[in-house]
Amino acid sequence: MRFIFKTNYAQDINIARHGGDKFWYSLLIILMLAMPLIIDDFYLGEISYVCILAIAGIGLMILSGYTGLASLGHAAFLGIGAYTHAFLLTNGVPFFASIPIVVIVSFMVGALIGIPILRLTGMYLAIATLALCFIAEHVFIKWEHFTGGNRGMPVPQPEIMGMSFYDSATFYYVCLAFLILSMFAAINILRSPTGRAFVAIRDSEIAAQSLGVNLGLYKALSFAISGAFTGLAGALLAHYIGYLAPDIFNIFLSLTLLLLIVVGGMGSLHGTVFGAIFVGYLPQLIAICRDYLPSSIGSQPGLEPMLFGLILVLFILYEPLGIYGRWVKIKLFFQLFPTYKKQTFKKQKVFTKSDRV
Amino acid sequence: MQLIQLIIDGVASGCIYGLVALGFVLIYKATETINFAQGDILMLGAFVAFSLIGVLGMDYIMGFALTVVIIAVFGFFLDSVVVRQIIGQPPFATVMLTIGIGFILRGFASIYWGTDIFSFSTPFSGKITEFNGLIISYVNLSIIIGTVILVSVLYLFFTFSRIGVAMRASSENQLAAYYMGIPVKFIFSLIWSISAATAAIAGVLLAPITLVDTSISLIGLKAFAAAVLGGFGSIPGAIVGGIIIGIVEQLCGTYENYLFEGVREISAYLVLILTLIIYPRGLFSDKAEVKKV
Repeated sequence: MRFIFKTNYAQDINIARHGGDKFWYSLLIILMLAMPLIIDDFYLGEISYVCILAIAGIGLMILSGYTGLASLGHAAFLGIGAYTHAFLLTNGVPFFASIPIVVIVSFMVGALIGIPILRLTGMYLAIATLALCFIAEHVFIKWEHFTGGNRGMPVPQPEIMGMSFYDSATFYYVCLAFLILSMFAAINILRSPTGRAFVAIRDSEIAAQSLGVNLGLYKALSFAISGAFTGLAGALLAHYIGYLAPDIFNIFLSLTLLLLIVVGGMGSLHGTVFGAIFVGYLPQLIAICRDYLPSSIGSQPGLEPMLFGLILVLFILYEPLGIYGRWVKIKLFFQLFPTYKKQTFKKQKVFTKSDRV
Repeated sequence: MQLIQLIIDGVASGCIYGLVALGFVLIYKATETINFAQGDILMLGAFVAFSLIGVLGMDYIMGFALTVVIIAVFGFFLDSVVVRQIIGQPPFATVMLTIGIGFILRGFASIYWGTDIFSFSTPFSGKITEFNGLIISYVNLSIIIGTVILVSVLYLFFTFSRIGVAMRASSENQLAAYYMGIPVKFIFSLIWSISAATAAIAGVLLAPITLVDTSISLIGLKAFAAAVLGGFGSIPGAIVGGIIIGIVEQLCGTYENYLFEGVREISAYLVLILTLIIYPRGLFSDKAEVKKV
């Protein structure tokens, strides 16, 4: 087992904890950069999609995994990002100017929505965000001047340094670059005082408040930051889809994002990537499963939501820490072999703290 | 006169929201969790009733009763087998779990029954009665009367029966209820089954209006608005909240031209958000104000 002997305080917040980390993550980045040489265009598109999902996942992870607030309305932010981006590009704003505007707009919308709603605790937030998701979808349909309504809206594909977005390698590099940037931004937010305040709110609101964390402010901030990341993902998603229609940004997409963070592992940025890979390839997985099922079941359109729900339930019941949690457990098993104890990861139960005193 | 007509129609659809909201409130009062699958249980109830009445040709009353029993048993086991396992985990886990259950139910329904729209004949279909120039359909009448009966039965049950009092006691204070020898786990499962049965009744009453398909599970979301408006945790509040939502929806639908296009579909959600922002404790909350930060 590796034991890190800390000799100065900076080591506590280092991004790479030790040489092994540096080596493996550099290898991963090199592999990702070389990807267009290795695989063909179709799979490159798939990986771009996984990158986009991962960025959206980072957004939701900051809100749900680190601040402990459930949002069922993140599809609305994807939609806001996508439509704003498409609208700006159509009106001749260059790509690299449009992206920051999208991020700022989503941040502002998140803050505006967050300030009144986040003053409420617990379940009310989940319900309110659910309602927001429906209202947003409705606005996308009715505000035809801006979104094209049900007819949809084509997304212009810009050129960057003479390379078109139609070329899947270019688009892949753009997505990868934004994923790495978002990852660094998220890591830095989370190891700053702001991020530690988020985690404190998640673990105990009362304790956080006693230590001087302004709950309303930090919850709204978390919502806004989360919205900004998700809006960025929405802008990239607009390019991936190519043609925006309001029904893309429905409640099912919100739930897909929630599935992503639950399956990946709540409260870990690694989890967003694992979850994105899982969710990105789930449709293919289901398509493969269909072939092995009798045609009376296999050809049903209801199969997808059903498996979706089943996976969600099984993860919540049997592996609440998700794929990343499982990986940590396996790693620890080998590191501590043969003295690994199951109880290490046993969850401490919290009993119903009645807010009705 | 048109206004009164609208209000009557609104009350009828509002009763359905109220019944579903009642299911939320019962479970929330007891276990402080919210069952996001309530709308899907309603859908399941409608489908089971369709199978019994429409396919097997059972008598309407018999089919209705059997549906309620089946769904009640389903609700009981849903709690005792699945939901109970995550007691003690943060509320987020329950939200996700019940959403997942909802998806499984919806997927199951569309695989087992298909994606077509079904209907079955009821004694109320297509009949109307006139009263001072007001047109009231038997279906709406059946919904309103059914709700009144159900709420009265529940009221009597919670006030006078031994189990009903035990349920109120366990909602009030779990630990004290344990000490008094109340089988709290069993009582909670029973509450889940009552709540599921309420949803099933709403589903069967609603079936003649909306017909039976998987999309009726969305009613569960509008019922949230009803429950929040009534002050989550108050049983009369749920029904009154439901009726208000129903009326607002009807009025918005009719006077759409004066407001903005498509206001009807989102009126319930707008009411929900406005309630949360302006008066989050709801109309009938008998408890302390919703905890604010």
